[in-house]
Amino acid sequence: MTHAHAHRPPLLELKEVDACYGRIQALKGVSLKIFPGEIVTIIGANGAGKSTTLMTICGVVKASAGSIVYDGSPIRGVPPHALPKRGLIQVPEGRRIFPRLTVMENLEMGAYLRRDAAGIRDDQEMVFELFPKLKERAHQHGGTLSGGEQQMLAIARALMGRPTLLLLDEPSLGLSPLFAKHIFQIIRTVNAERGMTILLVEQNANIALQMAHRGYVLETGRVVLEDDARALLHNPEIRKAYLGE
Amino acid sequence: MTLGSRHARLWLGLAVGLVWFALLLFPLLGITPDGLTLQATWEVLKSVVLAGVAIVGLVSLSHLPAAGGIRRAVGAAQAGTTAAAARVPGVVWAVLMLAALVAYPQLVGRYGVDVAVNVLVYVCLGLGLNVVVGLCGLLDLGYIAFYGVGAYTYAILATQFGVSFWVCLPIAAVLAAVAGACIGYPTLRMRGDYLAIVTLGFGEIIRIVINNWMSLTNGPNGIISIPPPGFYALVFDGGVSLEHILLRKLDQMYYVVLVLAVITVIAVRRLNFSRIGRAWEAIREDETAAELMGVNTFRFKLLAYAMGAVFGGLAGAFFAARMKSVAPNSFSFIESALVLAMVVLGGLGSIPGIVLGALALIALPEVFREFEQYRMLVFGGAMAVMMLVRPQGLIPATRMGKRGEDDA
Repeated sequence: MTHAHAHRPPLLELKEVDACYGRIQALKGVSLKIFPGEIVTIIGANGAGKSTTLMTICGVVKASAGSIVYDGSPIRGVPPHALPKRGLIQVPEGRRIFPRLTVMENLEMGAYLRRDAAGIRDDQEMVFELFPKLKERAHQHGGTLSGGEQQMLAIARALMGRPTLLLLDEPSLGLSPLFAKHIFQIIRTVNAERGMTILLVEQNANIALQMAHRGYVLETGRVVLEDDARALLHNPEIRKAYLGE
Repeated sequence: MTLGSRHARLWLGLAVGLVWFALLLFPLLGITPDGLTLQATWEVLKSVVLAGVAIVGLVSLSHLPAAGGIRRAVGAAQAGTTAAAARVPGVVWAVLMLAALVAYPQLVGRYGVDVAVNVLVYVCLGLGLNVVVGLCGLLDLGYIAFYGVGAYTYAILATQFGVSFWVCLPIAAVLAAVAGACIGYPTLRMRGDYLAIVTLGFGEIIRIVINNWMSLTNGPNGIISIPPPGFYALVFDGGVSLEHILLRKLDQMYYVVLVLAVITVIAVRRLNFSRIGRAWEAIREDETAAELMGVNTFRFKLLAYAMGAVFGGLAGAFFAARMKSVAPNSFSFIESALVLAMVVLGGLGSIPGIVLGALALIALPEVFREFEQYRMLVFGGAMAVMMLVRPQGLIPATRMGKRGEDDA
């Protein structure tokens, strides 16, 4: 897959990015590239810096060094709220839907920056098609949904912003295997049918590597390995460290 | 749970409550200069015990199977009235309510109007604070500072420069908004408890500045002889002339504050259901998630702060005009706490709830006057009971009151 994209500029490129929480350095010189149309996954243990990487890309955590270039322009230092407009949208860890807004209102918030009423309506139809369960519960409060439905809502809300690059943080967290499988199917669908580029952070390395094109392995804030997802999946060391063999 | 055990729990609850109340009451009433006495405590306790037994008795009676028939009849009647009420459009209710409010001063005496004016001022304050606390989810413990800014704006402009009340109203609103933005700018980077403490500090700073800036505010002595609002009217007696009439009567002031309160209700309602209101609610629910959706959280929080301050400033200008004098001690922390209590007791984010909350917290101490020196004790008890019985507020906002399973 890498080779197919090699001649095109990356959609997102991190070069030697450092980030700190107070005095603890969470990212140490992280570099990664995502090409248009790819599904790239970051795998790693708890506390390796996976979520921090996504939060740093979005500007919620400030990078202390390095460069972040999205769609040809540097975005390091750009405030988080200015990024969705450019098509860079994150589904944060732990879903973080708005519990006391209805499902419909949550979706409206996802399209908050858009003014094209017709386009928003189309996208609403689209997400209801992807997640029929949400249509049934359109007027229910987000907080009343089950964990899996909340994850659906979080993804649907992000899709309402028409992302070019979708950042997904642990979408399978706390879900039953069946539900997780369903979520990953949807991710594959939006990638294949809408050409949406996806950066997926996952603890479940097995399922993430099966659906991704390429993968990065993060250990204590450093990228220790990058390769085609298939190669990583068959790498004996990875199998030992992350796939429980 | 069986019926018997539910009754047992009710009575047990009453017994525990009464013992607690007796223990609380005894040091207050029993310790006298002449030594310990049970007499006074018993006097008060007797009536409380009677009332408690009567209430719990009624409640447990209503749960007996025999009462089922009565309960069903009452329930049916209630459902009937609610259904009938639902058929009448909301506009009709609003008009009827407004008509009642307009007729109110004609129906009651001066004392009643006085209390009503107070309630309406606090309705404005409560709704203003609701924008900050209820909609945007920022705990503000120094809100009364904006009330002070509004009051002193009118007091100074009217006494020093003779500016009319109606010109001062927008000026007071703007100055309060500026004060809100000034306080908000450095503090809104903080979240939760920290923000609450800092707002508390800023509220006190404004009060202390007012207290000490002798040349502008006349310090602790306050500003006196502030003119009431007036208006120009054509007077026809032996030719036409334009005369300036001052609204000196309390009834007239009542109508001024009624208009202010109605404007506040409409404005807050419109804000609530606008794009801005939706962004505020998203920030309240999850600030980081809102930011990731493209909401400029800092700007919206600052706007919430400034908008809340506007209503506080308007109420303040009216307060100065009505009292005809202002002094710094009207803007102490306890006032902020009272307004916050109205918002929380009434129901965060709920406009009718906050109106009722203001009514309850201003009118109840008046009702409790017959308790004389125990008035505030009874008032505090009533607040505690209200919070225990309805933690979500008297009239919870539709989206605030619901818990997980209510919808399912």
